[in-house]
Amino acid sequence: MPYLPHSPDDVRRALETIGVDSIDALFDELPASLRNPDIELPPAMDETALMAHLRALAASDVTGGPTFLGGGMRRHFIPAVTPHLALQSEFVTAYTPYQPEVAQGVLQATFEFQTMMAELTGLDVSNASMYDGATAVAEAALLAVRHTRRDAVLVSRGVHPETRAVLATYLRAQGIAIQTVDLQDGRTPVPAGPDGAACVIAQQPNHLGSLEDMATLGEAAHEGGGLLVAVVDPLSLAVLKPPGAYGADVAVGDGQTLGNPTFFGGPSFGFMVVRQELLRQLPGRLVGQTADVEGRRAYVLTLQAREQHIRRGKAKSNICSNHQLTALMATVNMAALGPQGLREMAAGSVRQAHRLADRLRAEGARLALDAPFFNEFTLSTRQPGSVVRSALAARGVHAGVPVGSEYGLGHAVLLAATELVTERDMDALLGALRAGGELEAAEVRHG
Amino acid sequence: MAEPRRGSFPSIYERSRPGRRAARPPRHDEPDLAALLGEDQLRDDAPRLPEVSELDLVRHFTQLAHRQFSIDGNVYPLGSCTMKYNPKVHEDAARLFQDLHPYQAPETAQGTLQLLFELQRDLGALTGMDAVSLQPAAGAHGELTGILMIRAYHEARGEGEQRKVVIVPDGAHGTNPATASMAGYSVVEVESDARGEVDLEAFRRALGPEVAAVMLTNPNTVGVFESRILEIAGLAHEAGAQLYYDGANLNAIVGRVRPGDMGFDVVHLNLHKTFTTPHGGGGPGTGPIGVKAHLADFLPVPLVVRQDGGYGLSEDLPHSIGRMRSFYGNVGNLVRAYAYIRTLGLEGLRRVSGHAVLNANYLRVKMQRAGFRIPYQRLNMHEFVAQPPEGVHTLDVAKALLDYGMHPMTVYFPLIVKEAMMVEPTETESLETLDAYAEALGEVLERAAAEPGFLAGAPYDTPVRRLDEVRAARQPVLRFPFADEAG
Repeated sequence: MPYLPHSPDDVRRALETIGVDSIDALFDELPASLRNPDIELPPAMDETALMAHLRALAASDVTGGPTFLGGGMRRHFIPAVTPHLALQSEFVTAYTPYQPEVAQGVLQATFEFQTMMAELTGLDVSNASMYDGATAVAEAALLAVRHTRRDAVLVSRGVHPETRAVLATYLRAQGIAIQTVDLQDGRTPVPAGPDGAACVIAQQPNHLGSLEDMATLGEAAHEGGGLLVAVVDPLSLAVLKPPGAYGADVAVGDGQTLGNPTFFGGPSFGFMVVRQELLRQLPGRLVGQTADVEGRRAYVLTLQAREQHIRRGKAKSNICSNHQLTALMATVNMAALGPQGLREMAAGSVRQAHRLADRLRAEGARLALDAPFFNEFTLSTRQPGSVVRSALAARGVHAGVPVGSEYGLGHAVLLAATELVTERDMDALLGALRAGGELEAAEVRHG
Repeated sequence: MAEPRRGSFPSIYERSRPGRRAARPPRHDEPDLAALLGEDQLRDDAPRLPEVSELDLVRHFTQLAHRQFSIDGNVYPLGSCTMKYNPKVHEDAARLFQDLHPYQAPETAQGTLQLLFELQRDLGALTGMDAVSLQPAAGAHGELTGILMIRAYHEARGEGEQRKVVIVPDGAHGTNPATASMAGYSVVEVESDARGEVDLEAFRRALGPEVAAVMLTNPNTVGVFESRILEIAGLAHEAGAQLYYDGANLNAIVGRVRPGDMGFDVVHLNLHKTFTTPHGGGGPGTGPIGVKAHLADFLPVPLVVRQDGGYGLSEDLPHSIGRMRSFYGNVGNLVRAYAYIRTLGLEGLRRVSGHAVLNANYLRVKMQRAGFRIPYQRLNMHEFVAQPPEGVHTLDVAKALLDYGMHPMTVYFPLIVKEAMMVEPTETESLETLDAYAEALGEVLERAAAEPGFLAGAPYDTPVRRLDEVRAARQPVLRFPFADEAG
């Protein structure tokens, strides 16, 4: 049997040592009537058959080709060195570093991750990671609720719809009210009356791709006595003003763009970085620097009194496993690219997105919004977004995340471009849009 | 672990030199960012990220890997963690699916959706549950999902205001009470009896019309099967409570008895335990949940469904608790778990639990012979609790083991046993490895008796020795202290 080392002799020897007759005898306490039920599972496969089966499944997926998909995850450059280093088996098959003497690899890498995230966001303290961007936002809202002892939050509609859905699930259980601020011309207006709100949550760039005036939102939040929670794409921070510079108290987001493949949505990782004053409210694991008995620098999980395995019902969160390995991918990737490489990726994706927008406009297409955008924007379409997406897919182009009706923009899709997009990719997209009837007669649309 | 080093290991920042880099993204003309984005949107200074050559980068992270214990390098019998071997073929399998984007048109993701659909079905079959969601990102996240569903269920029946309490045994994982709190419940702990099982009388007293759910791990955290589980389930249901199965210990019983058949209404699985997706140094885990039919309407959206002759994602679940995360789940890990189930089949999975329990009992006997105390004198399941002899501290034994290149067991958990050592060898360790482990433990005890003070100084041969954890907590240094910030 794969992965099981025991020969029949081994089993006999073990049973003798234990003093029972059979393996089944070890299970005597299981209710007899329920034991060994008939469970319908497909028959076992050997390695060759398994991989053939999986390759056949993978072959019914369509990957590769030009892609302009965004909406929370994007395909970015990941140098070969990143997965080779991050996915070394010592990192992949380690447990949570509870024995620091033999876990300096994971601990130091996490400490370096925390440093890099603090640098990117311009804030003081990063935790070791969260599950994903959406759950990080929900945890940030709960942090703000604990810190301010208020029971309502304001969230911009510019925050990703799935993130807001997760926020609603998490906050409902604790009786926290959520007020959603509608966008004006694709951006978040200064919310009326943030008094009483534990925080204002806004996303930069927002779900429609537009750049927000985060500083003004922060001022409004602070005047009302609440916090500003900035939901950010970490890669964009190689170029954009860091949350710490515009007054954000908490920066959260999804780290996929820092060096993880999109993997049909996961695993990526979430991150949370806060001002020093919020440290004791921070959920999740934290690595701190200290020294060993010989004075050598060393790293250890610290401030664990915030966590569930110590505080149980009074912990800041129930989070236990975080997303260490995918955060390590980001750590290695940031170190591989350095400030210059990361900046080139961010600027390159801005460049390609604006180039794409220009080419679309030149062909008569209409962007749904006039607001400045980063590397993703909203395109008005003739047909519903999901129809456009399927039509493009049929022509070999992955593009067109449908924009929900809640935005009141009519039919529209998101288009993202990254530094990996080429001029030929854009040719393919434009050709596919043209063939799908999305570019002709664009001028008379909404007429 | 290669070449333990003297002196402090350098930070990636200390290897950094201005202008170096390891990787170059594709080149584009420099855009006029101020014009495109607005001057006030741009950052003033570049973030201080490391600047290293590719070889320096490789050396740094390779040497860090050498400063790390792992299943691949070391026996790692952490109780409740199920540190079994993570098959290499799973890594190849997962990579086949890594380039899919969550928002690509569903008709271009049929292979992945079929895999996810079949995994929902197979996990349902293995747990005896009617419906499964693959969304939760970790065990604790699965717990929260399950408890929120139970809450929604009580609310739908008009009992939401009345039921405000979750019962957990005193030996429960810390995530259980933390989850209950996060879901807006208060927690009542019931004690365990001398045999390590839930004290039935205490349990009866704790039950009442205010109880929303009972969270149990079975076998429980001392490695004992709750033999009166059917009675417990009956009592819980009679009181109108829902019974929650913490799947952390499923490896003990997989294929042999199903939570659904035992009367559980909700179960979460830790795919990174029983179904051997890698722990990754602390995640990503994956914590799918299964539920009985009466709770299926409350599952989080979206679900993977069959539709139009293919597979799709459905948001059409009016009573859903909502979303628990972005997108659909930790697909990379779901592929690995799928590969594991397809490799072993039912017979193989039964043998997994059989050999996991065999190994744990074998090691218990060996450790008892080596001088360790066993507080619950009975056959155990996949893990067991031991204690060092009077006068010897568990922490010291754990640290001394590190010098043998062996990872300690879980220590000081469960909280209900003093100086607890919780040991879970898993089915993938050979008897020789277990013999060597018990032998090393025996030597540690002999050394402790012969040479007082020796254990307190251990470990001696690890990359760093015991750490000043108090200093780490009192004067937290949580990021690299750059020169201009020093002092």
